[in-house]
Amino acid sequence: MAEINTATYDVVVVGAGGAGLRAAIEAHGAGAKTAVVCKSLLGKAHTVMAEGGIAAALGNVWQEDNWKVHFRDTMRGGKLLNNWRMAQLHAQEAPDRVLELEEWGALFDRTKDGLILQRDFGGHRYARLAHVGDRTGLEMIRTLQDHLVAQGIDVFMECTVRHLLTDGGRVAGAIAYWRQSGALLLFQAKAVVLATGGVGKAWKVTSNSWEYTGDGMAMALEAGADLIDMEMTQFHPTGMIWPPSVRGLLVTEGVRGDGGTLRNASGERFMFKYIPEFFRAETADNEAEADRWFEDKRNNRRTPDLLPRDEVARAINSEVKAGRGTEHGGVFLDIATRRPADYIKRRLPSMYHQFKELADVDITKEQMEIGPTLHYIMGGIRVDPDTAAATIPGLYAAGEVAAGMHGANRLGGNSLSDLLVFGRRAGEAAAEYVKGASTVRIDDAQVDAFAKRLTEPFERPGDENPYAIHADLQETMHDLVGIIRKKEELEEALAQLERLRSRASRVRVTGTRRYNPGWHLALDLENLIGMAEVVARSALLRTESRGGHTREDFPKADPDWGTKNVVTRKRDGRLALTTEPIPAVPPELRELIGEDKPQEMVATGEPAVIGGKE
Amino acid sequence: MKIWRGEGSAGEHVEYVVPIDAGMVVLDVVHRIQATHAPDLAVRWNCKAGKCGSCSAEVNGAPKLMCMTRMSEFATGEAITVSPVRTFPLIKDLVTDVSFNYEKAKTIPPFKPKPKDPDGKRRMYQEDVDRVQEFHKCIECFLCQDVCHVIRDHEENKPSFSGPRFFVRLAALEMHPLDTNDRLDLIRAKHGLGFCNITKCCTEVCPEDIHITDNAIIPLKERVVTAQYDPIAWALRRIRRTGPALPAPSVPPSKEPPSA
Ligand SMILES: Cc1cc2nc3c(=O)[nH]c(=O)nc-3n(C[C@H](O)[C@H](O)[C@H](O)COP(=O)(O)OP(=O)(O)OC[C@H]3O[C@@H](n4cnc5c(N)ncnc54)[C@H](O)[C@@H]3O)c2cc1C
Ligand code: SF4
Ligand code: SF4
Ligand code: FES
Repeated sequence: MAEINTATYDVVVVGAGGAGLRAAIEAHGAGAKTAVVCKSLLGKAHTVMAEGGIAAALGNVWQEDNWKVHFRDTMRGGKLLNNWRMAQLHAQEAPDRVLELEEWGALFDRTKDGLILQRDFGGHRYARLAHVGDRTGLEMIRTLQDHLVAQGIDVFMECTVRHLLTDGGRVAGAIAYWRQSGALLLFQAKAVVLATGGVGKAWKVTSNSWEYTGDGMAMALEAGADLIDMEMTQFHPTGMIWPPSVRGLLVTEGVRGDGGTLRNASGERFMFKYIPEFFRAETADNEAEADRWFEDKRNNRRTPDLLPRDEVARAINSEVKAGRGTEHGGVFLDIATRRPADYIKRRLPSMYHQFKELADVDITKEQMEIGPTLHYIMGGIRVDPDTAAATIPGLYAAGEVAAGMHGANRLGGNSLSDLLVFGRRAGEAAAEYVKGASTVRIDDAQVDAFAKRLTEPFERPGDENPYAIHADLQETMHDLVGIIRKKEELEEALAQLERLRSRASRVRVTGTRRYNPGWHLALDLENLIGMAEVVARSALLRTESRGGHTREDFPKADPDWGTKNVVTRKRDGRLALTTEPIPAVPPELRELIGEDKPQEMVATGEPAVIGGKE
Repeated sequence: MKIWRGEGSAGEHVEYVVPIDAGMVVLDVVHRIQATHAPDLAVRWNCKAGKCGSCSAEVNGAPKLMCMTRMSEFATGEAITVSPVRTFPLIKDLVTDVSFNYEKAKTIPPFKPKPKDPDGKRRMYQEDVDRVQEFHKCIECFLCQDVCHVIRDHEENKPSFSGPRFFVRLAALEMHPLDTNDRLDLIRAKHGLGFCNITKCCTEVCPEDIHITDNAIIPLKERVVTAQYDPIAWALRRIRRTGPALPAPSVPPSKEPPSA
């Protein structure tokens, strides 16, 4: 076996975002020898970028709010494709997890009575998001980070985990490389918690950072675990679109939560035209009611500006297609005419700053130009709802990398709470599992084979530039696996992905192994292309439109598909896709959701329902 | 654009010429150079929106976040020089070894909250959290650490001086309405607050506009001095900080929406 340093732990947590940190704190607290590994420096994970808030039915602003309403909103927002048990646990436990952050030093914005203030967000019936201005993720990650450091938990920073090691079908550890030195490192561990986040960097217009290359999903799949719902990708309706260098950067939903509204090029508040049947009873059909709703939720229905993200993203897409878009192919988001300047600056300081510095736009005076951006993936590693266990022994997954919780569409704010609830559960279950698990054996042949794959790009002949392949991949996914999909395009995407894969095998890396981003990207390409293929194949299989997955050739939700997950497995190196039934919602919970099913969904072109102005 | 290239302490500025588009920031140009000329060019970044504090560097000598420095700030044709931050050891190109900061973080006594209100809730008022929230805006870009003259060219001071980032952190803990831990002796003895002579260089470079000197360092210095010379104030402080929780106010919780 090659000379590689080995670190031995009970539980290795891969990822230092909210999910990973929370999992590590729990596993350590339960007595397991725990390490956290992350690709960036500690405190820089995606979670730091989260803006709007954490959803939890604390009932501080609206006493009517409770876990049942949160559960209902989550299930409806997810178009009933959610794993009901995850949605239930999430809604029940989120308040405790938020309050726990306060015990660890977090300082949320306050109500007049000194409690945690909550703000409105899309798809949530009541103002529910605990927040700190528009930098909630920073508060959350720093609180968890400081708490973790105070517990003395080992952290491996700028260390990329590349493959999981297995021992007779169960997890035995992982192989990683240090970004700084390029040296390889072996983790021997009975349990691994994957908390690596999503795969947004496969798309051109995205709010995601370089870290989102689908590593956790790819490693789990390779080790024999199941993925589900990979066709369910979330396009956030409001990303920046101008200038080109900031295209995709997120504009928080908090802008709409705090009173902002969408307008097309001629100033029309177009969302009133796009209220789907499924949400009609609870959505205002005129501007006056929508505006009153901010102040009085009991007597008014919610503004359609705050419909779930999939609806709003599709509506924007339709407006632009119909020629009612802005100069740069988006629509306007206006808060300037609707709220006073000092309110905007106080509630949305980083948005103010971001537009001022990067786009020369003063959002207290001018409208923002925005359009959809790939933001999140609802699909991922299939887990047990109570323990976050993946489908192979010793493997756990929490956070964006895991699937089930959000169904076909995630509500804003439900991710940060998801990280805490299921991060904790994963850490707890992993620590419990290692107590009863026998020692794992590291298979030298496996290690050697993986080590070889890691250093191959330096040695093989080839002429391809990894950056060029990555750019082409992003074009392919943007053009062919975007908001609106159809059979021919998905098939074309698969053909292009095959060509990209063969080009990626001819990448040659120059320079040394020390902090070499070209090498890192060459390795990442394998995961990016692999997961892009799973998304495209799953999208081809699901012949209906639901949530984050819209098929132009199958524009309606199909009740039959509404009971199925698309499952992806890898057997003997080949992908196998099937469908499996979603666990049925027990009757007492079913009642909370309401009986109507999402059906009326129109994918493209003209609005689904004409209401309001027209 | 001239970029520092090299592994370890050896290296030099290398000039690259690439076309730029409207709106580009320095980080975009570095990425373009990476993609077209120098695939192994090492640089840290994550959010590209000034939120994560990864992309710190010295642009024409000024400590900056590369993702928030617009190319339009420079005259057409002006040579732009990008160097790694100077206070920390070089690893490669624009990447430095910032582990100093993570080691210092380990030495800070953690948050220790006082008991909850009798009804099991915690109450803090916006006026009381405002000033601590300012400190919580810190994105750990370490630009303040980079400019602070106490450690910028003085390796020998590093063991006994934690730097402005950690004065901000200590101030946040000390002024937290719920915290009961006492760190004042430590702040003087271990974190080297006394080295700071209030030059305000740190405040000037902070991308989050945290008033590091006025709001964190000076009040901390005052507290340390009071604690040192006034045993009664010290004792009172202890009592106040660990004292019983205030009873819950009797007003019923309001249900006013936040935007009201
Ligand atoms: C701009 C923006 C704003 C958002 N705002 C909100 C919001 O207001 N509310 C909300 O609920 N959600 C929001 N989200 C979504 C939410 O922030 C993310 O879904 C969530 O933070 C993901 O957390 P995580 O713990 O799963 O992963 P992350 O925080 O992304 O962490 C992933 C970790 O895994 C590590 N990692 C990945 N691969 C490897 C590997 N191979 N080896 C080692 N380590 C690895 C990374 O280094 C990182 O530490 C927002 C997202 C973005 C991008
Ligand atoms: S004010 Fe103090 S901490 Fe800040 S740069 Fe000057 S000496 Fe350093
Ligand atoms: S205090 Fe300001 S300059 Fe210093 S690390 Fe924090 S954000 Fe950066
Ligand atoms: S990349 Fe995050 S601050 Fe610059």
